[in-house]
Amino acid sequence: MTSSFPWLSLILVLFVALDFVLFYVFWEAMLIPMYLLIGVWGGPNRLYAAIKFFLYTLAGSVLLLVAILVLYFYGGHTFDILALSQGTYPASLQMWLFLAFFAAFAVKVPMFPFHTWLPDAHVEAPTAGSVILASILLKMGTYGFLRFSLPMLPDASLSFTPLMVALSIIAIIYGAYMALAQVDLKKLIAYSSVSHMGFVTLGLFVLNQQGIEGAVLQMVNHGITTGGLFLCVGIIYERTHSRLIADNVGLATPMPQYATLLVIFALSSLGLPGTNSFVGEFLVLVGTFLWSKVATALASLGIILAATYLLWMIQRVVFGVPSPHHLPKLSDLNQRELATLVPLVVLVFWIGLYPNPLVSRMHQSVTNTIASMSRAKVAPTASPSAEETTESLLVGSREPLTAQGSSR
Amino acid sequence: MSAYGADLLALLPELIIVVTACLVIALDPITPASRRDLLAWLSVGALVICLGITIGQINSVNARVSAFSELVVVDAYARFWKILLCSVAGLTILTSLPYLKAERIHLGEYYGFILLALSGMMVMVSGVDLLTIYLGTELMSLSLYVMTGLNRSKPRSLEAAAKYFVLGAFSSGILLYGISLLYGLAGSTKLASIASAIGSRGADDPLVLIATILVAVGFGFKIAAVPFHMWTPDVYQGAPTSVTAFMAVAAKAASFAAFMRVFVEGLGGLKADWSLLFLLISVVTLVLGNVVAIVQTNIKRMLAYSSIAHAGYALIGFVAAGRGIGLSGGTPGLASIMIYLAIYSFMTLGAFAVIGMLRKGGVEGEEIEDFTGLAKRQPLAAFLMLIFMTSLAGIPPTAGFIGKFYVFMAAVEADLAWLAALALVFAVVSAYYYMRVVMVMYMRDPSPSSVAPPHLVASPTLSFVLACAVAGVILFGLYPNPLVSFALQSVLTLK
Repeated sequence: MTSSFPWLSLILVLFVALDFVLFYVFWEAMLIPMYLLIGVWGGPNRLYAAIKFFLYTLAGSVLLLVAILVLYFYGGHTFDILALSQGTYPASLQMWLFLAFFAAFAVKVPMFPFHTWLPDAHVEAPTAGSVILASILLKMGTYGFLRFSLPMLPDASLSFTPLMVALSIIAIIYGAYMALAQVDLKKLIAYSSVSHMGFVTLGLFVLNQQGIEGAVLQMVNHGITTGGLFLCVGIIYERTHSRLIADNVGLATPMPQYATLLVIFALSSLGLPGTNSFVGEFLVLVGTFLWSKVATALASLGIILAATYLLWMIQRVVFGVPSPHHLPKLSDLNQRELATLVPLVVLVFWIGLYPNPLVSRMHQSVTNTIASMSRAKVAPTASPSAEETTESLLVGSREPLTAQGSSR
Repeated sequence: MSAYGADLLALLPELIIVVTACLVIALDPITPASRRDLLAWLSVGALVICLGITIGQINSVNARVSAFSELVVVDAYARFWKILLCSVAGLTILTSLPYLKAERIHLGEYYGFILLALSGMMVMVSGVDLLTIYLGTELMSLSLYVMTGLNRSKPRSLEAAAKYFVLGAFSSGILLYGISLLYGLAGSTKLASIASAIGSRGADDPLVLIATILVAVGFGFKIAAVPFHMWTPDVYQGAPTSVTAFMAVAAKAASFAAFMRVFVEGLGGLKADWSLLFLLISVVTLVLGNVVAIVQTNIKRMLAYSSIAHAGYALIGFVAAGRGIGLSGGTPGLASIMIYLAIYSFMTLGAFAVIGMLRKGGVEGEEIEDFTGLAKRQPLAAFLMLIFMTSLAGIPPTAGFIGKFYVFMAAVEADLAWLAALALVFAVVSAYYYMRVVMVMYMRDPSPSSVAPPHLVASPTLSFVLACAVAGVILFGLYPNPLVSFALQSVLTLK
């Protein structure tokens, strides 16, 4: 049943589809292979996790289909995404459509009250399933917000911004708190995913250049870092057959290479300057600062909590003292494992130190998104590009951030 | 005389089918048991000829040839259904061939009854006179009653036949009562006369409404809509599986076809009333069908409730058609029903073909548990079943999604977005029970105690049927355009 993998690769079509029905077809088409991936190769509780994942995401996405059909009749009998993005729709209709989109995208991200399928799916899924889930599938939701909700429904996006920001901040803090309490490594990373995806949605819905560019960058970063962390958990699970922190204590001595890479991914995940997540989270926070200072303060709590749960995990897993009766013969990383992890480490530092190639590529698209948002009745204020902000900060410009104008 | 000849020519496909049916029944006693296959091949041959004639019968989509002084018509609408029904009957015969042998009920007259039922269905889809349609319905139903009780050694089969006959006769009575009231109003049983009589009497005449409701109830029984669905689970479970497939697909499609013609051509003046009626029926049908299917352990029973639910989805197209504005307003809704039922035919035939040939030491494995671990023993069979279940659940890229898509599109166009949303929520409910079949096939290990684990008995004809079904499900899922435009063209003659 490795046929699941080619089937899954069809997801890529989703991100390039310019036809709304085609998008929907591939949006749903990944359900069956992912269902099989979790259900066939998963852990002991895999049947529950697989059907929960399947029904949760399907339930979210069916309303998307209705919204697409409604848009078809309001947007001049077309499914062309670009044409639909040009249209203007009545404000009350936008509200309904936004809620329908929200149901589909928020489940997939997942945003706060709809996140409960994620820990189950991650814990039961095999390593490959977890990596695909975290690195690609979750991005389908945020991509949807960016591609459809913002340009097509600017009025509704604007009026739902406070709610979306609130849900994002709840996800950031609540996910981090839940991660703090986990004894299972995979569950810990799953909840940290909820927290990190909170940053992405936060950046998207503050509706300014810095926020959205940070969010897009964070989508990439989350895929690299969390993918790396899930691979690390999979590697240790193959050796000790346990994902519990208590069973994997003090790995620095037997597996120094592994410990090094795990520490790098953990530090990247908590947003250490010099790693990729710092750039993304920083841009998101700058964008949020322009929208609301309170929200920024609350979101920053998530970074502190991330440091807490990740460093605490590192302290135990890497540097802890293993119990004497528990001394398995652990071999360090083999060639294959190194070959999967090292490119991710390169990306961690590359994006962390020189994000410009990525940021400049997304710059024009984000500008266009913001421009299409300006059709809203209350246009969001244009603010200096994130590229300039990063550059000015990286070169140590003294120009105070607050002078760049506050939001709305 | 020449005019009579033209009438007969119009009915040529039906005549071929009836003559072949009689021939099969006549040849059966003198055919040795070892050579009964020939009767099946004779029937398939007749179906292929009939299919060819039907396709060539109409040279333009607007043509409407009426025969026997406006009792039947040959038009693009009838042709669409005839092509579908002939193909379904052919595939059913090919599935039946190995199935009936395995069940040791390989009787020659079975093929005769399939052809007789088919001729009834063909009369139903082309009839424009209520009595002609009624006669077609009865011919179809009587053949199906006999086929349901074909497995005389199984009490369940006989019980199903008796139940089907009693309830079917009852529903026919109600249908006939409605027809008699309409005859009293119009002085004719022709749909055109009824339409003009309703036009002159006005839509709010209580007698007209009562007659409409009675006719709707009669057809509601045939398409298994709630609350007239009670016979469906027992009959689908008790009947031999190949008969169940034929009933679930062809009988439902033909009943829908006649249903649509009667209500659009004859009772079109009442569409504001009947679309409200069908709105209620479609909601309760898809809710009840999908919810009750969850608790079923027998897969034939589960598919019976699923077929009830599918009738509910198709009815949404009907509601949308009734809500449509202007003459062409109903077209998307009516076409969506045709698309839906054509796609439904492929996936349901495929699913029943797998179920019928899943043998457990000589017995049919019809419990959902019997599919346990099939993916390990027969990955291809399990994968085909996975595709059929995915399609029934309406998940892309399978054709089931396309069927639902066009129905919901018609609903949204008729300002019924809330109905589409409700129906889609119940599509999620349905995904639960369809995926349970996938789950037992792929994710459960078979218990080691079972002596003879069920396995799919392959045969060339079964492989052919499965190949056709899966090709239909995948091709129409990826490239639905030919089917959609064919349905949209065919529905135009319905007015």
